[in-house]
Amino acid sequence: MLLAGGQGSRLGVLTAKVAKPAVSFGGKYRIIDFPLSNCINSGVDTVGVLTQYQPLRLNTHIGIGIPWDLDRNIGGVTILPPYEKNVNSEWYTGTANAIYQNLDYMESYHPDYVLILSGDHIYKMDYEVMLAFHKAHKADVTIAAMQVPMEEAGRFGIVVTDPNGQITRFEEKPDKPGSNLASMGIYIFSWPVLKDALVQLSRQPNCDFGKHIIPYCHADGKRLSAYEYKGYWKDVGTLESYWQANMELIDIIPEFNLYEEYWKIYTNCMNLPPQYISPEGVVDKSIISNGSEIYGEVHSSVLGAGVTVGKGSVIRDSIIMRDTAVGENCVIERAVIAEDSQIGSNVVIGIGSDVPNRLRPDIYSGGLAVIGENTVIPSGIQIGKNTAVSGETSALDYMGGVLPSGEILIKAGDRA
Amino acid sequence: MRAVGIILAGGNNRRMQALTAKRAVAAMPIASSYRAIDFALSNMTNSHIQKVAVLTQYNARSLDEHLNSAKWWDFGRKQGGLYIFTPTITAENGYWYRGTADAIYQNLDFLKRCHEPYVVITSGDAVYKLDYNKVLEYHIAKKADITVVVKELEDTDDATRFGTVRMNESARIQEFEEKPMVANSQTVSTGIYVLRRRQLIDLIEYCVEDERYDFVTDILIRYKNLKRIYGYKLSAYWNSISRVGAYYRTNMDFLKPEVRKYFFKDLPTVYSKVSDLPPAKYNPGSVVKNCLVGSGSIINGTVENSVIFKKVFVGNHCVIRNSIILNDVYLGDHTYIENCIVESQSTIRANTRHVGEGEVKVVVEKNDRYLI
Repeated sequence: MLLAGGQGSRLGVLTAKVAKPAVSFGGKYRIIDFPLSNCINSGVDTVGVLTQYQPLRLNTHIGIGIPWDLDRNIGGVTILPPYEKNVNSEWYTGTANAIYQNLDYMESYHPDYVLILSGDHIYKMDYEVMLAFHKAHKADVTIAAMQVPMEEAGRFGIVVTDPNGQITRFEEKPDKPGSNLASMGIYIFSWPVLKDALVQLSRQPNCDFGKHIIPYCHADGKRLSAYEYKGYWKDVGTLESYWQANMELIDIIPEFNLYEEYWKIYTNCMNLPPQYISPEGVVDKSIISNGSEIYGEVHSSVLGAGVTVGKGSVIRDSIIMRDTAVGENCVIERAVIAEDSQIGSNVVIGIGSDVPNRLRPDIYSGGLAVIGENTVIPSGIQIGKNTAVSGETSALDYMGGVLPSGEILIKAGDRA
Repeated sequence: MRAVGIILAGGNNRRMQALTAKRAVAAMPIASSYRAIDFALSNMTNSHIQKVAVLTQYNARSLDEHLNSAKWWDFGRKQGGLYIFTPTITAENGYWYRGTADAIYQNLDFLKRCHEPYVVITSGDAVYKLDYNKVLEYHIAKKADITVVVKELEDTDDATRFGTVRMNESARIQEFEEKPMVANSQTVSTGIYVLRRRQLIDLIEYCVEDERYDFVTDILIRYKNLKRIYGYKLSAYWNSISRVGAYYRTNMDFLKPEVRKYFFKDLPTVYSKVSDLPPAKYNPGSVVKNCLVGSGSIINGTVENSVIFKKVFVGNHCVIRNSIILNDVYLGDHTYIENCIVESQSTIRANTRHVGEGEVKVVVEKNDRYLI
């Protein structure tokens, strides 16, 4: 069961129109490709994807699951949005509530075990190994966990284990963490245990795995194990961590390697043509996806499929998502530009003083300039750092042709 | 559309040198992302032809692998579908395909069981876009028995590797010579034909009865005065890749913006099998100028005026010029390649030098690959 209904509000304008799992990552991929590919590579071929916030892009992307070989006669991928019922029609009010509302779906496959995943992490993991661990430990619930720095432990759900990996205590975002083993939001439940817990807690408002189900199971005397994961795992919940994770892919030998034969990551990308680098083009330390055409310079950047970079433009330390066109003689630094945007010529983005964002310093930080999808930026505009722009903007929207650092410009958007 | 499609993909060609040692011409990789047969298959699907037969014979492993699912070209349908016919031994027949007409003859039951009134025949080794509906409309308007799609070559092109035709003012074909010693016309047959299905069945049956097996010499040329055979002029891009030189030039054509726009950006789309490779990666020190690069490639060195296919590794300080590097090639450090076609899966050791002097050199090197 893949939880993909979250908004991911800390990604700002990037998730104004799409759910976080559908946000592009690493050029041609979307975040949800990683857990979905992990599923099929682990031999998990019955996957329910729970959607709620802005599901259109997610639905189109997943379709009937062909790219992940999840178009099956039995099982396969099923999109599970909230639905109306005789009584108690409601949205998904929490992670566990969402699973509870789909008890019938799970029941129809007569499972022995249920794997709960979230659709917003970048990692490669063999769930079959985790399941073997679950069985070997005769556990009722297994929580995947990894070591995090002690000072960050307070941001996570922390598990405290005995030497056998058995969980003795579970702390959700503790002030004084008892260990630095953080829950990754990946759970394996033996089906009767999960079903019982969901039914027992069905009246719990905003029922959540970390806050309610796990403590309930613990209090109920169930065997909880921690499966320690040591590989690469990245939460891309904030703009800065999202940008950072993308930039790690362009290292010479990245810690998270997409080029390994083993454990392929699949995605739905029908853009087939090769990319073209023109005689004037300069590209280094970058990854560039199918169908892109580079007439300018691209340094240390991640480009999606079908991106055009015009002559004389210089892109540095930026992420440009699919089908975006950058005009001529632009300078773009430390920017995240979402899909299908049109950047005019002589546009300068991400240059200026590092002034914190005026309205949402918590979201737009790290000196990044963030451009939402389907944005139009006319020629000759200058945009500073810690900024956000979204919508079809015209020259009149920019005072003196400049959007200073720390400002937000959202047109036809309902949300900052 | 009211036609069934036949793609002739059985051919081998000595003139392709080492390149077809391991695959049929129709499976030759084109423009980083495609294989030759993708163009014919995409034209079929974009013309709404739903039922397509691919006739294979020569080394079809690579081709079969490419066609292992019909879904990429939207042929995974209940109505119609993709049929791959390799010669089989039957109660009546124990021969290989003895020619193009025989290939169709051996699968005549398939044609007889179709209900579509027309047949579109094309070869699998040409790079082009064509709406076969336009040819069919023309065929019907001309009340033709057979319509042959023809292409006017440039004066500098060598027409002797094709069938040359001469047409009268109403476009009826008067002369047809197959691979003449001296070409007296620059109009050549593209190997694309449209005709009525019943007509094709009759012609093929007569032909094989006389122990004649070739569609061009034994049907088109023999019947040209008896049947109304018309030429339909194709003015857009068309190239056959059946020679090393032509294969090289066709790939290099994709470095031209108008060719890229025509095939990559303009509708209808050319489809191919999805290969699930990561984006291409350019490491510090890479210099890439005027190149096509396929997905999954990793570039460290210098590449100019070249077509790099998928999953190619270019080592440090390599220099590659005016070359075609096919799929899954590993180039060790300090390699120098100029004017070459490097066969797929080749592993080139560090400090190797390959230069095609005067003509394009085909490089096949099977060294052990060092783990990266």
